[in-house]
Amino acid sequence: MKRIKNSIWACLCAIPVLAAADNAQPAAPAAGSWPSYSGDYSGQRYSPLAEVTRDNVKNLTLAWATRLSQGLDAGGGMFAPPSPPQIIGGEAAEAAVTGGLYSSAAPLSLRGAILEVNGVLYASAPDNAWAIDARTGTVLWHYFWKTKGGTHTSNKGMGMYGDWLFMETADDYLVSLDARTGKERWHHEIASFPEQYFSEVAPIVIGNHVLVGTGNDADEPGSLKSLDPATGELQWQFFSTPMKEGDPGIESWPSLEASRHGGGNVWTAGSYDPATHLYIFGTGNPTPAYAPNSRKGDNLFTCSLVAVNVDTGKMAWYYQTSPHDTHDWDSAQTPILVDGLFNGKPRKLVLQAARNGHFFVVDRVTGEHLLTSRFTPWGKWVKNINDKGQPIRDLSRDVTVGGNVLSIDGWTNWPPPAFSPQTGLFYLREFEIYGLLYYTETDPGGSMGLGGTTRGGQESLGSAIQAIDYQTGKLAWEHHFETGQGFLSTFGSGLLTTAGGLLFAADQGKNLVAFDAERGTPLWHSRLQEVSNAPESYMLDNHQYVMVAAGDMLYAFTLY
Amino acid sequence: MSNLRITALAAAVLCWSAAQSQATGEPAVDAKPPPADAPDFPRPKVDPTAVARGRQTFSTACAFCHGSGARGGEGGGPNLLRSPIVMHDQNGELLAAVVLNGRIDKGMPKFNLPMGIVSDIAAFLHSIDARADASPDFDPKSVLVGNAAAGKTYFNGKGHCTACHSVKKDLAGIGSKYDPQHLQDKIFTAGGTGIFGEPSATAPPTTVKIDMPSGTVVKGRLVEMDDFAVVLVDEGGNRLTIRRDGNVPRVQVDNPLQAHVDIVRNWEDRDLHNLTAYLATLK
Repeated sequence: MKRIKNSIWACLCAIPVLAAADNAQPAAPAAGSWPSYSGDYSGQRYSPLAEVTRDNVKNLTLAWATRLSQGLDAGGGMFAPPSPPQIIGGEAAEAAVTGGLYSSAAPLSLRGAILEVNGVLYASAPDNAWAIDARTGTVLWHYFWKTKGGTHTSNKGMGMYGDWLFMETADDYLVSLDARTGKERWHHEIASFPEQYFSEVAPIVIGNHVLVGTGNDADEPGSLKSLDPATGELQWQFFSTPMKEGDPGIESWPSLEASRHGGGNVWTAGSYDPATHLYIFGTGNPTPAYAPNSRKGDNLFTCSLVAVNVDTGKMAWYYQTSPHDTHDWDSAQTPILVDGLFNGKPRKLVLQAARNGHFFVVDRVTGEHLLTSRFTPWGKWVKNINDKGQPIRDLSRDVTVGGNVLSIDGWTNWPPPAFSPQTGLFYLREFEIYGLLYYTETDPGGSMGLGGTTRGGQESLGSAIQAIDYQTGKLAWEHHFETGQGFLSTFGSGLLTTAGGLLFAADQGKNLVAFDAERGTPLWHSRLQEVSNAPESYMLDNHQYVMVAAGDMLYAFTLY
Repeated sequence: MSNLRITALAAAVLCWSAAQSQATGEPAVDAKPPPADAPDFPRPKVDPTAVARGRQTFSTACAFCHGSGARGGEGGGPNLLRSPIVMHDQNGELLAAVVLNGRIDKGMPKFNLPMGIVSDIAAFLHSIDARADASPDFDPKSVLVGNAAAGKTYFNGKGHCTACHSVKKDLAGIGSKYDPQHLQDKIFTAGGTGIFGEPSATAPPTTVKIDMPSGTVVKGRLVEMDDFAVVLVDEGGNRLTIRRDGNVPRVQVDNPLQAHVDIVRNWEDRDLHNLTAYLATLK
């Protein structure tokens, strides 16, 4: 099987880049670096490094550990190590404190991707960014953004172009930093704060395009924007729902009023195929989420895989994984690009495990549907799979006043899946939490956004790492975890595969575990208490490092 | 689209109580709960009397077209709560242009209202929390949609509820103890569970029996278990942490609520609604 990774950077160099600024040339990454959200454009999260293997992983040991601090530097007193230089930005006079589950004052939890380029790590969390020496863990600088507010779910990582970093903020700015110093180059508004957008996506840099998306839970439309890395100027904007009469997909909405408030937010990063110039990403749920009468129809292009030409912003194809979703089971999960056999023929594929519990294989050049399978036992909400391979819902499972048993969060979420070209297996975190959901909106106008429902009792049946054979959609193996405590224990934090035949992942959240990627047997573990992001791997001085975050801690492991 | 959404207040309380409940087996978390009522998208505070005046004006002048809750009405007016003009407006300055000039092409007449009244209407519109999970006038009794007689039949037959429960003993008066929504939640989860379905401190304890390689048997209340360790508290109150390697030592888990776990995937909404209706009659 041909690996996509090898060809990507070669193709990137062929794309003309702006030569206006002194350092606008994208640095060709050294083999074994981690220069973007998924490590490369394919979304496979497959490291070609093979120093750490199934045989020697038992000797993997700690190289360094570092604790990061968020917010304004408070100074540590005479017994604390000296603080790194701090750079402060933001439009607010004082940083706003938001409440609830996604509080801006929540303890630091590093949940996004961390870049590794030329021996330096670039990490981010909501309102914070750091540069860290990848050999020693020493913090080189710390940037803090004083926020106006916004839903502080989790910053999913930064993008990089030459020496320039790009980070989204919860209050809807794209901030560009000088990677050498952490000093701000500029910041630009990328969405409207009063319209209750919030921004947390890892920017993806392709040629001279910085691709950014946003989230919104208030019936406002989703879009993907392409910005100029030098200036931040808008190059194009793709809306995932029709914004004017005659737009593609308008026939799947009852009115323009409905489609212009139809959601479909682009709240996770996608993958990129350099051969076709197609950026392929998943879109969010339609809105209002739970009162669908005002949006009868399939609601294109919500809950879909969408392929957009990165040069023009025009859509090449789409595949909707949940027509007319009524459960907030979106399709924002990372699509994985694979060149491999399907029905005996070599094909260019995109694979996705969607939040609705179904695994999809689609031709990534044409959008032709090839396979659908369900990866979780409970399928009561599915009336049938139609001839396009789409699960069609049983209307009696929509949310009602009397309460309905549902998987309220779906069966997988944004923490990234992985693929190994060695095993041909697609790996994901599956979880089963079922609970009662009640429709509580009394206004005759119906609920809005994600509002108007109350979740009642929840019962967890635990979670699992699953390995799916993409050619059949069947499970090759599954490693089940009993219920743990809290969010990370079930949702997981994302996966990594390596050429050493390994799969790195958190268990119920406390241990980082190395599994045999072929069989699912645990071979090594380290108890880090709250593994919070997807593990990554990089090579320095001819040694492979495996890095993972756990709350406010960062750990790097290696072989000596 | 959110990863997970829940009432801000409830979430903060639940998260906080979850942290507290770890005191059973884990060191207490030394952190303060964030302010539960601080909104994600802060707006200037509004005067409640202005909101009341605005509500009054809105109901007579605007509600026919825009609906009493401003989410669109019979007269065909759009939902104002998601209108960018309303969302960007602070205290009537953007609303005024539309109110005073009308939108003749879309069928909205001019309203010759003083600025003070427009700003009252704005205060009313901005006071509505469209993101709220539950409407303030939601009645938990409206959850009662089932048939009590059918629920009784299910209880005594197909549901196998009588294997553990009796309406004369443990469930006597249960319909007075909980409102219908919480009663139904209790049937589903059989006790307190966390927001991610994990057992809470109030759930009856799960116990474990461990066959040690030495031949001894260790028993107690389960604190936590993964592939590499099992933690329990034995009858003497001692906290034991036992290393695991694969399935050695063997651990047998006994959850007293297992019947409720086993039925999770098999519930039919109708059976649950009927059962709730029946148990609600046990006053």
